[in-house]
This record gives sequence, C-alpha cells and structure tokens, in this order.
Amino acid sequence: MTPIITTRFVNLFYNEFQALKNINMAILPHTVTALIGPSGCGKSSYLRLFNRMNDLIDGVSITGDIMVDGEMIYNKGIDIVELRRKVGMVFQKPNPFPKTIFENIAYGLRVNGVTDAKFISEKVEFSLHQAALWDEVKDKLKKSAFELSGGQQQRLCIARALAIEPSIILMDEPASALDPISTAKIEELIYELKRNYTIVIVTHNMQQAGRVSDHTAFFYLGELIEFGDTKEIFTNPKDKKTQNYITGRFG
Amino acid sequence: MKKFLKKAVEKTIEGVLFLSSTITTVTVVLIVFFLFREGKSLFQSSPLEEGFVLAINKENAVVDLSSNQIKNIFDQNITNWSELGGKDEPIFLFRLDDIGNYYTDEELGENLEFFPQKTNELIDKSAGIIAFFPKKSIDSNFSGKILAIENVNLYKFFSEKEWFPTAQPVAQLGVLSLILGTLWVSFGAILIALPLGLATAIYMAEIASKRVRNILKPLIELLAGIPSVVYGFFGLIVIVPQIQSLFGLPVGETALAGSIILGIMALPTIVTISEDALRTTPKEMKEASLALGANKWQTIHRVVIPFAGSGITAAAILGIGRAIGETMAVLMVTGNAAIIPHTFLEPVRTIPATIAAELGEAPQGGLHFKALFALACILFIMTIIVNLTVEYISSKRKNKTSH
Repeated sequence: MTPIITTRFVNLFYNEFQALKNINMAILPHTVTALIGPSGCGKSSYLRLFNRMNDLIDGVSITGDIMVDGEMIYNKGIDIVELRRKVGMVFQKPNPFPKTIFENIAYGLRVNGVTDAKFISEKVEFSLHQAALWDEVKDKLKKSAFELSGGQQQRLCIARALAIEPSIILMDEPASALDPISTAKIEELIYELKRNYTIVIVTHNMQQAGRVSDHTAFFYLGELIEFGDTKEIFTNPKDKKTQNYITGRFG
Repeated sequence: MKKFLKKAVEKTIEGVLFLSSTITTVTVVLIVFFLFREGKSLFQSSPLEEGFVLAINKENAVVDLSSNQIKNIFDQNITNWSELGGKDEPIFLFRLDDIGNYYTDEELGENLEFFPQKTNELIDKSAGIIAFFPKKSIDSNFSGKILAIENVNLYKFFSEKEWFPTAQPVAQLGVLSLILGTLWVSFGAILIALPLGLATAIYMAEIASKRVRNILKPLIELLAGIPSVVYGFFGLIVIVPQIQSLFGLPVGETALAGSIILGIMALPTIVTISEDALRTTPKEMKEASLALGANKWQTIHRVVIPFAGSGITAAAILGIGRAIGETMAVLMVTGNAAIIPHTFLEPVRTIPATIAAELGEAPQGGLHFKALFALACILFIMTIIVNLTVEYISSKRKNKTSH
C-alpha cells in the first residue's frame, strides 16, 4: 500500500523554539494512527501540519517535505481550501457553530459553494448517520447545536467534518473533554470510520490509543522516538523512553 | 494589642467602602426623586400665565377652551366664536395693553385705579370679547365669565405638536416634536455610525496586525475623550456649510448635521464594544470553520459576526443611548426648530438641547421650568429603556457563551 501521508525531515519552529525535529513518518490509508506523548512533545503541532492549521499561528516556520495524497502541501500554489476539504478535522473541545444542528452540518457544503437544497439535506442526514447521531437528533434538526450534550456535540462535529467527504480525518484529543460513556461512543465511531477514512488521532489516553489505533507514534520533546504497530509498541517497545511513558513512569 | 489594631483598621476600611457605595446609591436615588418630583408638578399647573385670567362676555355660550384653541384665537387663526361652538360672532381680542385704545388716560385715572371697572364695562358691552388681564383687576361687581383653562395633562403633553412654553396667554407644551427630533437625530446617527463602526471593529478584531491595532485602538478611544463642544465647532465649521451647499439648502443646520456629528461621537462606543464582542468568538470556532474549507471572509461573515450578534446589537443600542443624551454638539448644529421633522434636511430640536438652551431663561418654579424638568424625565426614561435593553441582551449573551 502506498502511504497517504508522508513526512520527510520535517522541522517546525515557533519563532526560535523548535517544536518538531526531523520527523520522518508514513501513514497508510484506512488505518488509525495514534500520536502519543507528554504535553508539549509536538504531537498536536505535527497533526496540524496536515491541513495547514499551523498557518494561522504567527511566527511559524516549517521545513521538510509533507506529502498528502501525492501532493506536496506546502508548495506554493497549493489550494488550501481544496486541501482542507480533503483533510477534515475534529478538535479537542466540541466546537459547534452558534447555528442549528442542520446548519452546522450544512456549513462545510455551503462554504464550498453547494446550493442544491435536496443534496444538502440528504448529505446532512447521511453524515449524521455516519456519526451515529441521527436517531438522537432527527427530531430537532432545527434546534440550536448548543442544546446537545458535550458527547453529542462532539459527534456533531465529526458529522460536520464527514459532510464534505474528506479522505483523512485529523482528531486532536477528540474525547478528552468527554465523559467515559461519550468517549466509548466516539471510539466505536472511530472504529467504524476506519473503513472509509484514514484517521490520525492525538491522544493523552494510553488505553484509548491501545484500543482504537493500528499504529502508534510516540513523540518526546519534538522528536519521533518510536513509530510502529500499536500492539508492538505497547507490548514490546524498543526504546526505553517509550516504555517508561507507556507504563506511566512519566508524562 | 496589635491584633486589635489590625482588626480596627480592617473594620474602618470596610466601613469607608460601605459608606462610599451607600452615598453613590443614595445620590442616584435622590437625583431620580427630585427629577420626577419637579417633572410631575407640571401636571398640576395651569398653562395660563400666572396671575392672569381669560374672561368672556357672560352671554357667550363657550365654557372652556383648550390651550391650542386659545393660541389659535390669539394668533387670529380662529376669528369667529362659531368655530368654537358658540354663536356667530366675530372674536374681539383684548389684551391688557389695549385698554388705551378704548379709554383715555383720564377715564382710567392717574394710577389706573379705574382699570378694573373699565375692563368690566368693556367685557360687559362687547359680546365677542375674549380678554386677557391680571387676576387682581377683577372687582366685586365683575359681570363677565372667567374661562376655565384645563391643566396640563400627560395626554396633551405627548400629543400636542407645538412647543412654545413662553407663549402668551397660554404656554404650548407639546413635546412630540422634541421626542421625534431626538429619536430622528439618534436614529440617523446610528445609520451612519453602525456600518462604519462595525467595519472598523471587524478590521481591528480579525484582519489588522497587532501593530496596526495598537495604533488604531487608542486613536478611536481618543474620539471618546474629545469634549462635545469641540465636536459642535467642527460640525458648525465643516459639516453644516457642506450640507448647505451640497443640498442647496437655505440653512445647513439640519437633522443630518446632528446625525453626522452624533454618529462620529457614537463611533468609539460602537467600535469598542463590537470589537470586544467579535474577539470573544472562540478560536476553536474559527478554526473549525477554516478546517471545513471556509476562507477568512466566509468565516467572518458566517461564524464570527453571528456569534457576536448580540454584542453588536448591544453596541448599537448603547450608541443610540449616547446619541439620545448628547447635548452641546447637537444644540450647535441642528438648528433647534421645534417642528416635527419630515426629512433629514430640516432643522430639528432634541430634548437635551431644549433643556440646555431654555433652562437659563426659565424662571425657577414657573411653568416653563417645570416643563423642562418633565422633559428631563422623558429623557431619563428613554435612556433607562436603552440601558435595560442592553442589560437584557447581554444577559442572554452570557447564557449563550456559558455552554
């Protein structure tokens, strides 16, 4: 299989501070890759490279090659809107828009120029089904998204990301603000989505990484310490630091 | 001992703080109390000039007249009693000073001691007379009929169109034109200030670099610190002549000039508050929009502005509040004609400008004085409504962001 995301010798700086050091990694399609590591290790910065969300921060500079779906996404002339359509994102805290449930999902379509009302409503329903939220919200699509619980809001945000048919979904600690039951639902969902999407997930929760991911990458102080099969990493880590982190000796 | 001292100091500070807040509260309550007490007393007074009466012939069927009718009689707009429900008889106006036209100085006596008697005689013999003269000139054998003048009441105060508090014989106290003038000018100000202020706020909150923002913000806030007289001068020298020549008007002092000046004055309020509201849009929400492939403008238009909607509304209403109460600058540029405006190119007169301009010449305790206080009460109620609306909107806003 050819990797869908490849990074070669990637360095990322916030002004003088180097947040990522020479990262080489390849992510295969239809897999779930977990990025783990202690706070400040660079895993979120790494995740945000793939849809160029780091561009929004002042003083960021990036070197190295980042290839998504066969394209060098930091080349000049790259259509960022097109890239972000391909690479959806779910954030740490549920962040629905101050709009109705329906309009939250329709948003991505509307800003991308879709006006066909029938298509939009079909897409909304389909995305909500995909995010396993349809049965809970089908009677209140016209209600504000803020009326949903935190877990429902997060699944709404996943549905919102799915609506524009990305091939990759980035998840930045998607369950860290949720209760255990909602977390379980999100994890189930990730497992379901793997069939159609490539998922990269940042998590602080070791068990979660172990449960949902096929591959795990351990970051420490901006370096990629170890990357491999999740089972392998959790049962037989090659690096001492990985072992210490996984067994909870620091982090 | 040390402990005791410390406690005493603490108690003293507490006491001082408590006293300060009490004084503040009491002051506010007192201001409102006195304002409304003075304002209310207007509604128990007669609009007729104090110490004077209006009298008619005893045969005349008319019993009472409204202040507006009286004004029209004395302005000679009404010239026949039949127009007022009386007999077909031309109206004969008689004022105190006119007595010389009917009687010689000898007949009136050296010290006008025969004035009451002669007035009585005149009223008695002229069927169509309406006489306006001092109350003390009524003697025991007065045979005319004294007109009952209705006291000023709330309905008339709001419904009558003319504001002429020094009119003789009866004051015209219709505040409608002043209220409309105030609203008209304030509304115009918001029409000008809101688009401009909102655009500035969006620029500062979303687009400008930190450096530009650090220059812009203090500059805009400086606008709030300029004394309103200075705005008035600016309006008088720059805006009024421009309006006059641009629209080919006889005078440039118009509602439009007032709106422009008030618009500029309301800008800092609108910019600061709506910028704050725009900046409270969570970063995550903007990122979510961008991550869905929206560009910066779509994000501003579809996420940031709707999120800040209630804050922007509050900014607009507070801007109106600022405009409603503004006195000096408006007084200088609006022309101060107490007429109901029909276009922005007519002079108008606002409530605060009226109070400021007329309070100096209104005798304390008189009808005019009381009427100005009643105006102040109306202004107070208008601003209270504005503030309560803002309070309501921002409380709703807090509920929204707490999710």
